[in-house]
Amino acid sequence: MSATAPDTRAADGAERTAGAGATGAAGEAAAVATPRRRTLSVVRVLLRKELLVELRTLESVPAMSLFAVTTFVVFHFALNRNTVDGDLAAGILWVTLLFAAMLGVNRLFVADADQGGFDAFLLAPVERSAMLFAKAVALLCYLVVLEVVAVPAFGMLLLGPSLWHALPELIGVLALGDLGVAAIGTLVAALAVRTRARDLLGPLLALPLLVPIVIGGARATSPLLVLGHPGEPAARWLATLGLYDLVFGLIAYALFDFLLED
Amino acid sequence: MAAVQVEGLSRRYGEREALSGVSLSLREGQTLVVFGPNGAGKTTLLRVLATLLRPHAGDVSVLGCSVPEQSWAVRGRIGLLGHEPLLYRELSARENLRFHARLHDVDAERVEELLACVRLEQRADEPLRSLSRGMVQRAAVARAVLHDPELLLLDEPRSNLDPAAVELVDPLIGAASGRTRVICSHDPGGGLAEADVVLGLRDGRPALLRAAADVSAGEIGELYR
Repeated sequence: MSATAPDTRAADGAERTAGAGATGAAGEAAAVATPRRRTLSVVRVLLRKELLVELRTLESVPAMSLFAVTTFVVFHFALNRNTVDGDLAAGILWVTLLFAAMLGVNRLFVADADQGGFDAFLLAPVERSAMLFAKAVALLCYLVVLEVVAVPAFGMLLLGPSLWHALPELIGVLALGDLGVAAIGTLVAALAVRTRARDLLGPLLALPLLVPIVIGGARATSPLLVLGHPGEPAARWLATLGLYDLVFGLIAYALFDFLLED
Repeated sequence: MAAVQVEGLSRRYGEREALSGVSLSLREGQTLVVFGPNGAGKTTLLRVLATLLRPHAGDVSVLGCSVPEQSWAVRGRIGLLGHEPLLYRELSARENLRFHARLHDVDAERVEELLACVRLEQRADEPLRSLSRGMVQRAAVARAVLHDPELLLLDEPRSNLDPAAVELVDPLIGAASGRTRVICSHDPGGGLAEADVVLGLRDGRPALLRAAADVSAGEIGELYR
């Protein structure tokens, strides 16, 4: 066991490999593979726990879905229109999904903070980033379920053009947006949950960071929801979303360890 | 070899000094019992030793590793039993312990063995929120020793436990466990009986540090006046 390695990620891996007693060439191969496999296994364990707790409590996903559907009804009456299309439709869809997602982001770490899950996790000899991946994937699952409910509801309650033809492209755009929301949401939730004003701080930090995703998502979605002649999503907006996802995925990975530590 | 070595430890919460100038040494297999009124810094000391809080001044070494520089090497070798059970209320005792077993790379058989030890097999599949506080505390004891830690950090470990439950958990966290232990206690009689070294804290400062054999229950009582 190295006593001098300053980097926790490298050190954790070295420690576990030494513990496994790997030697020689096979040992070196194992030295690379073992920590990675172990981290993946920990991500699976954390994700399973996350989904199990959500299934038992139903605290996040039903609230997110109900919020989205209710918002579409409110838009329906507030705009005094039976149908919307184009830019307006894309804007309503993305803003509603964003605010619904915030409900899930705010709850993401609450069980861990309130019931000591953070401390238990920190005491385990595992990589801290495993929690980031597990939480981000859990949030991604919540967003997918939200969209499975919200998008058809949007199609029925507000959208003028048929959703059916735009669906494959729309799924792609939503997936890109979801990746960014999951990365930023997990990062912000981890930061906010240890503060006293977590319910306020979460949205205050997340919303400005998520604005580019709403802009990119809405601009990419808008051509898909045009009445009569639906077009293709603009490649530059898809690229913007992809780049934003990548940048914030890396930022979240780089910062997450520090957010969990004292 | 010292299992725990602390020199001039200080820790603040904002402006408030929770621990100041704490020094102690504990050899492998020994038990340190920490006494002190509420807010004296006992829990903070445990959390620093558990690597969950960084010391703001002083040198801390746990199981031969400097904290916080080598905290990564200590994690997994410490068992912490604090005020919170560190278990999810919506999961059953079995699910919680299996979750922790996987985090610590421990076999599932160990979970069943511990559930039997703390006599929770019959209710192991019920959500923790439906169990009594004593039962949750028994599950928390099982969680704390699941990975066979070298050092146990125990914050009033027998709270919420009836005498029968205390007998159940004693082989796991008592002197018979053979582990190095740091225990926070408010029970002068019981605490002194299992201590090798006694630390008394008052307002975050050490008011007493001596071999247990040289400390009387009256001196412990003085800490609370």
